[in-house]
Amino acid sequence: MSKCKLLWLTSISCNGNAHSFLNYPHIQTFLNDFEFVYHPILESTYTLQEILEQELKCDIVLLEGAISQEFSKLDISITDTLLRYAKSAKAIVTVGTCATFGGIFKDSGYSNASGLHYIKDTKHHRYDELLSKTVSISGCPVQPEVLAETLYAIKDDMALKLDEYQRVKEFFAYTVHNGCIRNEYFEYKVDNHQFGEKEGCMFYDHGCQAPFTRGSCNKLLWNETNSKTRNGEPCHGCSEPNFPTTNLYKTQKNMGIPQNMPLGVNKRAYLTLAGVTKAFKIKRLEEDLF
Amino acid sequence: MDKLDKKQLKRESIIQAALQLFSTNGFYKTTIPDIAKKLGMSVGNLYNYFSSKDILAKEIIKYTSQVLGEEIKKINMQDISSRDKIKLIVKVYFDMAQTKPEMIEYFLRVYLSHREVFSDGCEGMVCVSGFITEIMIFFDDGVARGELRNQDFFSAFGLFMGYLGGMVFLQGEEILPQELDSYIDDVSFNIYKALSV
Repeated sequence: MSKCKLLWLTSISCNGNAHSFLNYPHIQTFLNDFEFVYHPILESTYTLQEILEQELKCDIVLLEGAISQEFSKLDISITDTLLRYAKSAKAIVTVGTCATFGGIFKDSGYSNASGLHYIKDTKHHRYDELLSKTVSISGCPVQPEVLAETLYAIKDDMALKLDEYQRVKEFFAYTVHNGCIRNEYFEYKVDNHQFGEKEGCMFYDHGCQAPFTRGSCNKLLWNETNSKTRNGEPCHGCSEPNFPTTNLYKTQKNMGIPQNMPLGVNKRAYLTLAGVTKAFKIKRLEEDLF
Repeated sequence: MDKLDKKQLKRESIIQAALQLFSTNGFYKTTIPDIAKKLGMSVGNLYNYFSSKDILAKEIIKYTSQVLGEEIKKINMQDISSRDKIKLIVKVYFDMAQTKPEMIEYFLRVYLSHREVFSDGCEGMVCVSGFITEIMIFFDDGVARGELRNQDFFSAFGLFMGYLGGMVFLQGEEILPQELDSYIDDVSFNIYKALSV
């Protein structure tokens, strides 16, 4: 059986997603099923020049990085190349937050730097003709498993359920908070955290965005081992349209009240509940675990 | 009226009667038989609703906090400036101090003065959350709109509520030379000046 052909196109990017993907634990098996007609780091069938100058066959186009009409490679516009290959491909996958929402480059000096379909959370409609075959995988970087499993699903013609930003629901219907091992501290509103320590929830003071960020970081652990929040580092909300925000290690508050609520939670109801749970004063949660 | 509504109404009338007696005669001087007598019901029946005086005391603070909270919620829901909201909150508080003085009296003279009664079951702000939540919503909204200065919750809360409580206390002691209402403009202006950006 012939391999599914992937074209990995890089626009303006740090290559973080390409590097992250190298950590996919089953990459050897993956490469038995997929062929990179071009990848910026891995061995590929063709060179970038051949990709840009010829019309080669590919099944799925992967886009990494923010796009703009200004960006070109070997004097050939990235968007022109993308559109050319996208026409015959069965799917386009935006790999990472820059390719999906514009990421850190959307605020740069380049005009019109954006994701393939979005500038932050707003659809820009420049490439609407590609919308029906676009699948978004946001994240800075993306989780390798999320990318690999999505590619397998596309290859096998499985019907993927997508959210309002074309993100795969299997991975983005959850919040990063889901599966966090600090949830007892969250429930009883105990921050009491030192970076890197096991104790405390980082939502109250330390800027953790996990309760309102969609992603699977605590469902599919990084390197099959850990996640930021488990390790004592706040979630920076890297899979969301407005990433990156500023002051990432400090919870944004209005007179002590967190600006951002857990996803879908009414602020009035939250404050009432918080007032009750804060009164518990659970000694076990105030002490060191070890 | 079904049985449940009837029971609910009776419960509320007990709270009202106890509130009156506690705030006028004091918590310790008021007995369960006094409350039952005021309502014309038997002591035994009253115990069917509240099994102890302490439990009744806690229910009263939740009730008054809820009533005041509901009033502030109505203000919070309006699309007006923080400055206008402050004035309305001051007005609601002073109105309540005059039309339902027992509510504010209870808060100042029972809830704050007999903490031992409330230590089990009313820890922290649990029993006053109906009111506190609305004040938090007011602050949060004011900061989000760029009208109030972002600061610690308690430094703002203490200034706002300590001030209002103080004014009502002075009025209760008959020290204020003028009617409470005549202070609304100045008090609201001072609070706004202190909290605004």
